[in-house]
Amino acid sequence: MNQWEVVIGIETHAQLATVSKIFSGASTAFGAEPNTQACAVDLALPGVLPVLNRQAVECAIRFGLAIDAEVARKSVFARKNYFYPDLPKGYQISQMDLPVVVGGQIAVQVGQGDKAYEKVVHLTRAHLEEDAGKSLHEDFHGKSGIDLNRAGTPLLEIVTEPDMRSSDEAVAYAKALHALVQWIGICDGNMQEGSFRCDANVSVRPKGQAEYGTRREIKNLNSFRFLKEAIDFEVQWQINEIEEGRRIQQATVLFDPDSGETRMMRSKEDAHDYRYFPDPDLLPLIISEEWIDRVRGGLPELPVHKRARFVSEFGLSVYDATTLTASQEMAAFFEATVAVAGQSHAKPCANWVMVDLAARLNKEGQEIATSPVSAQQLGGLILRIADNTISNNIAKKVFEALWNGEGATADEIIEKQGLKQITDTGAIEALVDAVLAANAANVAEFRAGKEKAFNALVGQVMKAAKGKANPQQVNDLLKKKLAD
Amino acid sequence: MINASLKQLSQALAAKQISSLELTQLFVDRIARLNPTLNAFITIDAEKSLAAARAADVRIAAGTAGRLTGIPIAQKDIFCAEGWRTTCGSKMLANFVSPYDATVIRKMESEAGLVSLGKTNMDEFAMGSSNETSFFGPVRNPWDTERVPGGSSGGSAVAVAARLAPAATGTDTGGSIRQPAALCNLTGLKPTYGVVSRYGMIAFASSLDQAGPMAASAEDCALLLNSMAGFDERDSTSLERPAEDYSRDLEKPLAGLRIGLPKEFFGEGCDAAVMAAVRAALAEYEKLGATTVEVSLPNSHLSVAAYYVIAPAEASSNLSRFDGVRYGFRAEDYGNLDDMYMKSRAQGFGAEVKRRIMIGAYVLSHGYYDAYYLQAQRIRRLIANDFVEAFKFCDVIMGPTSPSTAFKLGEKAADPVQMYLSDIYTIAVNLAGLPGMSVPCGFVGGLPVGLQLIGNYFAEARLLNAAHRYQQATDWHLRRPLGLG
Repeated sequence: MNQWEVVIGIETHAQLATVSKIFSGASTAFGAEPNTQACAVDLALPGVLPVLNRQAVECAIRFGLAIDAEVARKSVFARKNYFYPDLPKGYQISQMDLPVVVGGQIAVQVGQGDKAYEKVVHLTRAHLEEDAGKSLHEDFHGKSGIDLNRAGTPLLEIVTEPDMRSSDEAVAYAKALHALVQWIGICDGNMQEGSFRCDANVSVRPKGQAEYGTRREIKNLNSFRFLKEAIDFEVQWQINEIEEGRRIQQATVLFDPDSGETRMMRSKEDAHDYRYFPDPDLLPLIISEEWIDRVRGGLPELPVHKRARFVSEFGLSVYDATTLTASQEMAAFFEATVAVAGQSHAKPCANWVMVDLAARLNKEGQEIATSPVSAQQLGGLILRIADNTISNNIAKKVFEALWNGEGATADEIIEKQGLKQITDTGAIEALVDAVLAANAANVAEFRAGKEKAFNALVGQVMKAAKGKANPQQVNDLLKKKLAD
Repeated sequence: MINASLKQLSQALAAKQISSLELTQLFVDRIARLNPTLNAFITIDAEKSLAAARAADVRIAAGTAGRLTGIPIAQKDIFCAEGWRTTCGSKMLANFVSPYDATVIRKMESEAGLVSLGKTNMDEFAMGSSNETSFFGPVRNPWDTERVPGGSSGGSAVAVAARLAPAATGTDTGGSIRQPAALCNLTGLKPTYGVVSRYGMIAFASSLDQAGPMAASAEDCALLLNSMAGFDERDSTSLERPAEDYSRDLEKPLAGLRIGLPKEFFGEGCDAAVMAAVRAALAEYEKLGATTVEVSLPNSHLSVAAYYVIAPAEASSNLSRFDGVRYGFRAEDYGNLDDMYMKSRAQGFGAEVKRRIMIGAYVLSHGYYDAYYLQAQRIRRLIANDFVEAFKFCDVIMGPTSPSTAFKLGEKAADPVQMYLSDIYTIAVNLAGLPGMSVPCGFVGGLPVGLQLIGNYFAEARLLNAAHRYQQATDWHLRRPLGLG
């Protein structure tokens, strides 16, 4: 394994979040009864013609700008000709020689903790095309059914250079791309519904060899786990083949999630000749400077810029900044929390959003956008920790109370439930004295050198204080009294 | 009334001298009597036509009628018309009833109020120059029923020439309006590419196809084109221009008109008697005050070759939708999916269509694309540039429409290349996207000869003017075939 280098390139089909189809006025909504969202154009009736959807083009421009690519001033739609029942025209309208987006790059974080590193993945191109319909092979008594609702749904096909060197890099890229397309609002990212699906081109070569090995393309991977499993299996399979003296043949393969294996769909010899040529029904797509500027003006702050700002402005680690910019909703929640708690408390804000809130949301299967605890509430809670009104432990109780709607603000809950921290030295001293008097055995153990006994005494004091005593003050007083 | 012009019919309807219902009934009866011999129509539906006529009469009575409301016309069977069987001359669509209207149909029938008499015969998928490739049998030329009417709009041409309809629509990809107009003594106009919407017009070669009027005179063509043309947001290649009245310049004097005569159109390859008729027409133009100047279209000899790469390439892809899956013909007794495709397409398409699909697939295939398709596109640009150069020296280009008069049924059917050469003078106009017309200019052995007029982009009104003034001075266009009864 160690003398082999893995080379991976990824092609992603992102379904664009437009209201209507790329070349017709039919709706793109998912889940309707078969063939109820296919108009004359989608059915390819004789005589119908395509008309390009401006919204789909705008999505492509947004993407091009977000990855710092060249948005082509002129691009051309081409016909990819092949016969299949779910392809009503007998050709797919796509882009071939002149795609709408050229080049660009995405910087991704690979791995976690100390082993984390940044990897820049370069993109070859991204082009607009239409999706096909679906063939339904069940429930038709030996026949196949065709559902053309999906036919004509706009897709952006995003193609990388063969830049990735492991399945982890491939998954990190796919996740970053998945986050980005949602971030800029061009794709809903729903992988179960097929809105975001990846093909992986995989090859291996001896380390140090300049030329690439022969690649095989794994089609239609619709989860990050399958992407990783499929690549790992394929890499091992290719290495075994070569080590056993066989050559890799260029092929398209499918991944079977049940067996965890890839199997050949068609070899290069069976590959179609798609007979691409410019679609004479559509004029070249001309994108003006003004149009690009207008789209640029409407773009949100991009994750890469936000991440850098979180590091420089808030002093967060790159890892934290990356986690908080995984989605626009999370970043917005974090920033709104900081706005209440103050920039000097950005670090605890980050921790609360990334750890406590994330865990609670995850447990309930909820999204941050609809979190029962608002950023304002969380910010108010963090303020009360910072000014010593409550301890971290009590804060967790207050958070739980906010989650359950027991009060509108942290202050209200602290007040109503009497959770305010006891910081009065006299009051704490009285509690300490009472505990020391009642727990002579622990005191003796501690004096005999058992450190554990100290913790037991702290616990007793906190219990007597119903958790509200300032832990630092309890510690200090106990130590002082025991030393006396 | 049978021989009346659109203008006369319009006036008669407005003056209530005749109702649309009476007028339509006249033509319905004439079709019933003569169509069995001529085979100009594939589909007629008298009930539908008469219902449309009644609706037109309501509009006329209500005072909401347009100029053409209530006038019957024939529609080429390439236009999808809601509720009408729309076959494109093919077995593949012999059972296809369109659920929607082409933009041309909507504009002419729903908006202008024209009354459809039926769907006219044509070469299968508009591929042919004689109407012999139709699945529904050949159309017979009323000037000699042993001869072809030309194609592909042969049914429309014969419907008008035999007065089964006052006027008709046609489509022209390489000459399919102009050549049958020439062979049947009609006036036909192919507009600038993009003037008439292609939405709902079954595609043969998308970058060349253009619909236009076929009628007895330039004046009728102008009136008809007014009802057909206009920007359509459903057709991305339709041109966004202000609406025009194509009859506005009809009466303009021709003094000072510069006529360009391409030397390539006056050399070999044309029947001498046809050429003599064309030259006589040019002499008539000079009498009307026009001057002639020799121009050159140096690449025009490449037009047929380039056309027979580009048109089949586009057709091979356009016709892929006819796969037997969703509508149209599906073979019986197929095994698997590939078998269904192959049998349905092998049985559903005729020989000429299959020939062009094969040529098209070949020229687009890997390894041949550059040598054929790209090269043909380069030639296409050269041909368009030739015209741009020529129009620096003239206003209208003239020459023969077709190198011969109507040929005998079967005469060229076995020789595709001879058939393709029927369009030698018309094809370059489609490649360049220019407007072109054919106008009757004489007879050879009792058969009509057509004069071709080619204009610069958007010069339809100028062409119609030149044709109309000629028709004021001559009566070729008024001659009717005898012996039809």
